[in-house]
Amino acid sequence: MRSLSSLFRCALLLLGVTCAAVLHAQDNVFTGTNTGADRVRIAAADFKAGSADAANLKRVFDTVLFSDLGNAGVFDLMSKSLQPQTQPGSPAELKLTDWSGGATNASFVAFGSYGVSGGRSTVNGYVFDTHNMQYPQVLGKQYVDAADENGARTVAHKFADEIILRLGGGLPGIAESKIFYVHAAGGTKEIWAMDYDGANPHAVTHLGTISLSPRVSPDNSRVAFSSLGNDGWQIRVFSLLLNRMIASPSGGGTNLSPAWSGSGQLAYSSSRSGDPEIYVADGNGNGARRVTTSRGPDVSPTWNPKTNSQIAWVSGRTGLPQLYVMDADGAGIQRMTDGGYATSVSWSPNGQFLAFAWDRKYGPGAPGGQDIYVMDVASKRWVQLTNGVGRCDFPSWSPDGRHIVYAVGSGARAEIWTMLADGTGKHRLLGSGNDMPNWSFR
Amino acid sequence: MNYSVRTRVLLTLAAATTLMLAGCHKKASAPPPYTAPAIAAAAAPTATITASPEAIDVGSSVVLTWRTTGANSVTIDGIGPVNLSGTQNVTPSNSTNFHLSATGDGGTAEANVRVTVRVPVAPTSGTSSNLGDTGTDAAFHAAVQDVFFDYDSSDLRPDAVANANNAATYLNAHTGIKVLIGGYCDERGSAEYNLALGETRAGAAKTALVNAGVPASRIRVVSYGKEKQFCTEQAESCYQQNRRAQFLIDK
Repeated sequence: MRSLSSLFRCALLLLGVTCAAVLHAQDNVFTGTNTGADRVRIAAADFKAGSADAANLKRVFDTVLFSDLGNAGVFDLMSKSLQPQTQPGSPAELKLTDWSGGATNASFVAFGSYGVSGGRSTVNGYVFDTHNMQYPQVLGKQYVDAADENGARTVAHKFADEIILRLGGGLPGIAESKIFYVHAAGGTKEIWAMDYDGANPHAVTHLGTISLSPRVSPDNSRVAFSSLGNDGWQIRVFSLLLNRMIASPSGGGTNLSPAWSGSGQLAYSSSRSGDPEIYVADGNGNGARRVTTSRGPDVSPTWNPKTNSQIAWVSGRTGLPQLYVMDADGAGIQRMTDGGYATSVSWSPNGQFLAFAWDRKYGPGAPGGQDIYVMDVASKRWVQLTNGVGRCDFPSWSPDGRHIVYAVGSGARAEIWTMLADGTGKHRLLGSGNDMPNWSFR
Repeated sequence: MNYSVRTRVLLTLAAATTLMLAGCHKKASAPPPYTAPAIAAAAAPTATITASPEAIDVGSSVVLTWRTTGANSVTIDGIGPVNLSGTQNVTPSNSTNFHLSATGDGGTAEANVRVTVRVPVAPTSGTSSNLGDTGTDAAFHAAVQDVFFDYDSSDLRPDAVANANNAATYLNAHTGIKVLIGGYCDERGSAEYNLALGETRAGAAKTALVNAGVPASRIRVVSYGKEKQFCTEQAESCYQQNRRAQFLIDK
């Protein structure tokens, strides 16, 4: 009996020590992009062109692959100027010691060949471990795609994603994901889409009105958005498979800010009952039911993509807008922010973080800026990711949770930027006239 | 006969209202003049002006829409200096020729539009109180005035309550009018949240009308958030202009 109690005391002590360690670790919010293992030191060799006419496409491929690996946030990518000048096209042509030693000093090297024949590009891509002389091959893949620039980009994205999956901790890469956004021109706002790296921007809708808040469905088949028509603001849906608008039920009042759950449900804000409240409907917009009941604006829902059973949203029930979290049926409401002006929330794919726009010193004449913040849901601890670049808004997580795309500036001046989820690697994707980015689920 | 003419006027006014709203928005995207490079030789300015509708009954208003390029200053006779491009509501009491002149580095351009005002034999405004009366546009705007809001608030201020009560009195006397309330916000804050806030503002104005006896079925609410601004400067006076619930005749 006595020994049992002392054992219990011992266990309690151990638990206490563990808890203290955990609490200590939460002195800061770690977004997972720069924790754990060191970044993998990798070199991307220029590929070997199989024929003279492949040279131009190969250059596109090399550039896109290099930028994808650099953007990934998990690699220490060797500068091309420090690399050997050789372009090994096959394992037989690769001299491992060229890459493992000297200034290059890479742990891994990606290389291969780019051939064009009969209107098709054939790409052989390899990744070798430079310190494993006996069995160096980590990856060997062949890709075939159209022999045009788009095909070259696609193949580079696929190969980059494969490398990121293999060497970046098992998370699939995002090089093939898309970003949907609002493009303003000539008094109208249409929904546009582009590749994750800002390439290939193109119009999705041609409605000639103001459309806002695009959200792409988890299977990339549909885009829901809010559009101003004769019956006010309605949630409308564009099918990316049929390449046209598809019917969706109109509700009374102002309907705003749709959000897809991972299981295909739609949450949005509607004032059909007189006051903007959060509603949840099925993927076709049917069976809408109200889940919030407080006076004041309730808007901008976002689902917890990990559980699909919680919703974070923005509510002005106490005055200035604040972040809240609730179960998808409206129970268990929790306020997340303690003041200021907090809007535009996006839930990270692993369910752990909320990214949002926050002006902590909001008020007439206040010096505060609106910046992007990330909050750990469990502890409500937060970090500020942007500072002094103008008003930032509409953060949206990448599918791997390592990146956040966001808008800088507002109105006609808005630009689209991206960064790693720890606030590093900020760069612009699109210039002014582009707003409200939304990163696809995959 | 008289009724059908009025219906036609109402329809054209509805079109004019739409034009006015679209015009307001376009103004926001006009580039600031200082960004124009001064190196190139100045091009001759161009100017166009249109009126919609071009013929009205006395007391009704007409929307002037003008557009200029390459101009530094634009003047319309009878109105004065105006923005380089824009729209304006005018209520001429007799047929008027609106003359626009645009002056730029490359010269002067002029444009004209004539608005014909039909003067009826007997005055029609303000005397009738029969059911189904729709009044006139001018009388509507005189009696039903927009209400303005405090910073990030959708509560009606005392002056807004007075405006809403005046509006309700007029609407109760002219039961043929349906009213469209537009909710607007200033340009600060987040676009999505501001649409919801604009909705709450328009809703507060609607509630005030309903409480003063106007049937809810006669009122429609649309939020414009910060999508369609009345004023695009970054100043508090301008922000106040944009924080409003606007009343329009819903046709």
